[in-house]
Amino acid sequence: MTETAPSGSGTDVCLAGISKRYGTFTAVHPLDLTVPAGSFFALLGASGCGKTTTLRMIAGLEEPSTGSVVLGGQDVTALPPYKRPVNTVFQSYALFPHLDIFENVAFGLRRRGVKSVKRHVGEMLDLVQLGEMARRRPHELSGGQQQRVAVARALINHPRVLLLDEPLGALDLKLRRQMQLELKRIQTEVGITFVHVTHDQEEAMTMADTVAVMNAGRVEQLGAPADLYETPRTTFVANFLGTSNLITAEVLDAAGDTVVLRAAGTKLALPAGRCPAAARTGDKLLLGIRPEKITLTHADDADTVPAGRNSVRGRIATAGFIGVSTQYVVDSPVAAGTAGLSVYVQNIERDPRLVPGAEVLLHWNPGHGFGLDAAQRIEAGTDVDLGEGPS
Amino acid sequence: MTTTATAPAAPPAAPARRGRLVPYWLLLPGILWLLLFFVAPLVYQASTSVQTGSLEDGFQVTWHVATYWDALAQYYPQFLRSVGYATAATVLCLLLGYPLAYLIAFRAGRWRTLLMVLVVAPFFTSFLIRTLAWKTILSDGGPVVSALGSLHVLGLTDALGLTEGHRLLATPLAVVCGLTYNFLPFMILPLYTSLERIDGRLHEAAGDLYARPLTTFRHVTFPLSLPGVVAGTLLTFIPAAGDYINAELLGSPDQKMIGNVIQSQFLRVLDYPTAAALSFILMAAILAMVTVYLRRAGTEDVV
Repeated sequence: MTETAPSGSGTDVCLAGISKRYGTFTAVHPLDLTVPAGSFFALLGASGCGKTTTLRMIAGLEEPSTGSVVLGGQDVTALPPYKRPVNTVFQSYALFPHLDIFENVAFGLRRRGVKSVKRHVGEMLDLVQLGEMARRRPHELSGGQQQRVAVARALINHPRVLLLDEPLGALDLKLRRQMQLELKRIQTEVGITFVHVTHDQEEAMTMADTVAVMNAGRVEQLGAPADLYETPRTTFVANFLGTSNLITAEVLDAAGDTVVLRAAGTKLALPAGRCPAAARTGDKLLLGIRPEKITLTHADDADTVPAGRNSVRGRIATAGFIGVSTQYVVDSPVAAGTAGLSVYVQNIERDPRLVPGAEVLLHWNPGHGFGLDAAQRIEAGTDVDLGEGPS
Repeated sequence: MTTTATAPAAPPAAPARRGRLVPYWLLLPGILWLLLFFVAPLVYQASTSVQTGSLEDGFQVTWHVATYWDALAQYYPQFLRSVGYATAATVLCLLLGYPLAYLIAFRAGRWRTLLMVLVVAPFFTSFLIRTLAWKTILSDGGPVVSALGSLHVLGLTDALGLTEGHRLLATPLAVVCGLTYNFLPFMILPLYTSLERIDGRLHEAAGDLYARPLTTFRHVTFPLSLPGVVAGTLLTFIPAAGDYINAELLGSPDQKMIGNVIQSQFLRVLDYPTAAALSFILMAAILAMVTVYLRRAGTEDVV
């Protein structure tokens, strides 16, 4: 059998029915996952959702309770970590404190008896822009530099898959944004498959081609960042990935291409293709709409709202100016019993009448809404622990 | 007096000056203690070592440095034996202590505390009593001798010159074993401390970078435990080289170490200058050996 090149098409990581139990606690429920070769794949979830355990099972640092790990067509489930064609960038880097940067990066090459270590290490240190630091010890470097050493130490081995366990968690926000772009650049340059574990949804969406959102040991939804964001399929994904307004509504008519809903006496439309499959007349469902898709119009200008848009009444409760946009919370009958509807308005032409207490119309293109099964916890994903602990 | 001029400046300066002196005040008790009980006897013994005379006529400082050469010429076999026994005991302690410390640090889990208590448990009884107990254990016809004899181990050790005449007591092996036993905790404690500090993720990282468990040990664990190895070997070697209890109780006159010579010169022969000179030679020798050793081991991360 011929092996596929790491950068070629095909599958690099294939997890089949993999699970992990610790005693009676199930960290990861049986899980199937396929990561295409050369892609940047993110496992996104809150602390304790099983994302790190999944990564460690790929690396061989954790033995799965059931299922198998296949890397590039080879079943490696029974192989110890040192025999697997993967390398890991650890959460706190785990650089060898007694070795200098050069020897840290050379570690994997030396273990495999690779020739011309000096040239390889030199090239790799140049790639991560640390050429001058070769003879320093890890503790003499800043957090961002240590992070780059950790990436270089793993990448130099040309693994089939590079595993990144919250690699940016210890960095401050500004450096983290910078390193996200840096990692993305490196991934594009070397073409190696990256599997990246993170609790930062923005990080996952910025960097990854495909994101798997994990919750309580299961993958909630998997897809391209834009698809996940525009069409979440569970309330957890809707709330964890950005912010969503979720309106409880009743299905009035599910016959046509457009499903007609009713919430607090207001009729709302939703394309049938964006509804849960089983929506029938009389059912309840949750209508989701992202805050930035909503337009705010003062009630005095109600007649300027174009026809065909979903439109609900409300009163501005709070307005928060954050520079690029203004974030409003609007009380509305359709959102009774919740904290109100969130609306983000770009600060292009600000209407001075839009202040707390103002009566407004909220309206949006029905195609931007999404329907969710009403039999879920509406606030799932809003109250998760984003702590840095092992997950 | 110019009190009015100095008064405004004084309050801010006073606390700062008092603050600067605090470290010295804290050092004072220790320094006084060392001056009284370390430096004073040292000076006294240094003066004794260059005196001549006898107990009846009294001793006078005559700067008779030849005492040093005479002592060295007469007792160099005991010096060499001390270094040899102490080295052997240190190596044995390291070989026995390292796996144990490794096990306690990485594999013991909830038994860790209990095992550490067991390691220091011997300290709850006196050094002398424990060594006396070994005298009984290793005695002729005792269980250890008969067991080793029936396994023909004693024949082997006899042939190697470690034991003599199918007995353990009064042999080099007994003295080295006694030293090893008595100083083992001093090896294990620093080893454990340095091993326990190693981040477990470094082992994972090494494994992830194609290092097999043994390679991981050689390239990661052992280098990182070197401070413990150096501290442990020093804590074992230095007291073992000057020890005289083990040679006294478990050895014969043929196993006398330099500690025994110093002890008998001081307390039995009453030749104080020779005893003092021997003490200084021992001190200088240990200092020299430790210096060379630390240079070799690399002190960068050690002390």
